[in-house]
Amino acid sequence: MAAKKTIPVKKVMAPEGPVAKNARVWKFGDDIDTDAIIPGRFLTINNPDELAKHAFEGTRDEFAKKVKQGDVIVGGRNFGCGSSREHAPLALMGAGVKVVVAQSFARIFFRNAINVGVLPITCANADKIDDGAKIRLALQQQKIVADDTEYSIEPVPAFMQGIIDAGGLVEYAKTIQEIPVCTR
Amino acid sequence: MSATIVEKIFSHKCGSEVRAGDVVMAPLDGAMIHDITGPLAIQKFYEMGGKQVFDPKRIIMLFDHQIPADSIAAANNHVYMRKFAAEQGIHNYDINEGVCHQVTIEKGRAAPGEIVVGADSHTCMYGAAGAFATGIGSTDMGFALKFGALYFKVPETIRAEVTGKFQRRVGAKDLILAIAHDIGADGATYKALEFTGKTIRKMDMAGRMTLCNMAIEMGGKAGIVAPDKITWEYLKGRRRMKPFALDSDGDATFAERRTYNVSDLEPQVAVPHNVDTGVPVSKVTGTHVDQVFIGSCTNGRFEDLAEAAEVLGRKKFSKNIRVIIIPASRDEYLKTLKAGLIEKFVKAGALVEAPCCGPCMGGAFGLIAPGEVSLSTSNRNFRGRQGSTDGKVYLCSPATAAASAITGEITDPREV
Ligand code: SF4
Repeated sequence: MAAKKTIPVKKVMAPEGPVAKNARVWKFGDDIDTDAIIPGRFLTINNPDELAKHAFEGTRDEFAKKVKQGDVIVGGRNFGCGSSREHAPLALMGAGVKVVVAQSFARIFFRNAINVGVLPITCANADKIDDGAKIRLALQQQKIVADDTEYSIEPVPAFMQGIIDAGGLVEYAKTIQEIPVCTR
Repeated sequence: MSATIVEKIFSHKCGSEVRAGDVVMAPLDGAMIHDITGPLAIQKFYEMGGKQVFDPKRIIMLFDHQIPADSIAAANNHVYMRKFAAEQGIHNYDINEGVCHQVTIEKGRAAPGEIVVGADSHTCMYGAAGAFATGIGSTDMGFALKFGALYFKVPETIRAEVTGKFQRRVGAKDLILAIAHDIGADGATYKALEFTGKTIRKMDMAGRMTLCNMAIEMGGKAGIVAPDKITWEYLKGRRRMKPFALDSDGDATFAERRTYNVSDLEPQVAVPHNVDTGVPVSKVTGTHVDQVFIGSCTNGRFEDLAEAAEVLGRKKFSKNIRVIIIPASRDEYLKTLKAGLIEKFVKAGALVEAPCCGPCMGGAFGLIAPGEVSLSTSNRNFRGRQGSTDGKVYLCSPATAAASAITGEITDPREV
């Protein structure tokens, strides 16, 4: 039963980088909700690889079949709105997508993504990026490059960076014994 | 210094003044997990090296999305969670009590000034009880179960001041659909949405729950209503707590202030496939529907069902459609039963189910086929939310749902 399997926490910044060399962009619009990413009827599944088989089912059926390890999802405004299901970023991770670029993210998805090891990148001009574009990251320069055009991106909030650096919230949690409550 | 109600809650819990924008590791007063997000949360708890939850008395578990188990996978998830509850000494309401958010408030598990989290986005509903409550994902919940604390960025507040008197058969759901339309699907992202004003002060707890429930549909981190006589009255017998004053200062810094007057508000309907698409019912009257669902954490309380029954009167539901009615909890079910409304609904042709989420999330039963139209009192009409991605979901109030269930097409409840 899936519930008992443990989910490997992949480092957000794996040595080879989260984006493949010939990564392509899967472009989506505004208000992509987590029901669209993974419909409710698949939520008894907790394993990323199994979830990945149903990612965007009914919304964009070719995605699950054609997505390749290291591809990137690009969305518009309010990406990941709706249900708090962590199955959404898990399904993307299972599909090999470790980076989502969007104009803005819904709050719970943003947090869940970081927690499970999918990097959410906020980019004001993400809507200008085409479906199928070739994409690479230049995080040090706070940029992404899609089809040879550079786009500036927003830095990840400082308090989230610690979780990313640890490799996700599970790894972060292992490093602490007691919580100093209300530390700022 | 002046502060919003949310800033006050965090300041009090943290023992020092905090303001919107501060990031704090705040202690939790309560946590809720259910059958969909619970298994993952438990898994994460163990992965983090968790052995004992921070405080079993502050955690509740229940099953509502897929009950009674509708698949072997769901049954297995239930078994896994039951074992965890037994091992940890957590109170498990199992499949017996109803929809998570209704049950949490009903059982006094969220009270004024508290910080409560739930592994479900509509956790923001507990703001109706004066708590700061927010939905989190499973990994955050794993962390919360282990440490009893969680990182929060203290949110700014949008203050919605509501005045005026509702027309007959217009109410909280119409108001929140209108507010969602006004603020937009991401207009309150990272922010708390505070409801205040004369209309809110007169509104019953059921209505306040409907409002706070849908804060997330604007991206809100929390919805909240300052506790007052109505709140404390509701909490009697549910929670031992002496009433105290808690409200935003009038001169606190708000992200935005918005005002609404409900006197001319028409019944609202959110059209497919977004929640912020509310239009006056007159724009969509006559739209054929195949299924009407009255229930969910948004509108499955006795007050909602009583309103539907009043609209129904001595009429019958249309034979051409399916009408599914589900009280949100056992308590609400019993109240409805005692008032004779269940019998009335069944005689009128409805299918009345035991308390659970039902068709709201499309996870269990009551799915719609391609091309079908659902009219629902729940909170989300996303494409595919209630079944086929080629189906359509409209959202409305219990009154509009009942009126439409009688005619078989979207109908203004004021005209029935
Ligand atoms: S009734 Fe609907 S919105 Fe409420 S908890 Fe259940 S599935 Fe979620």
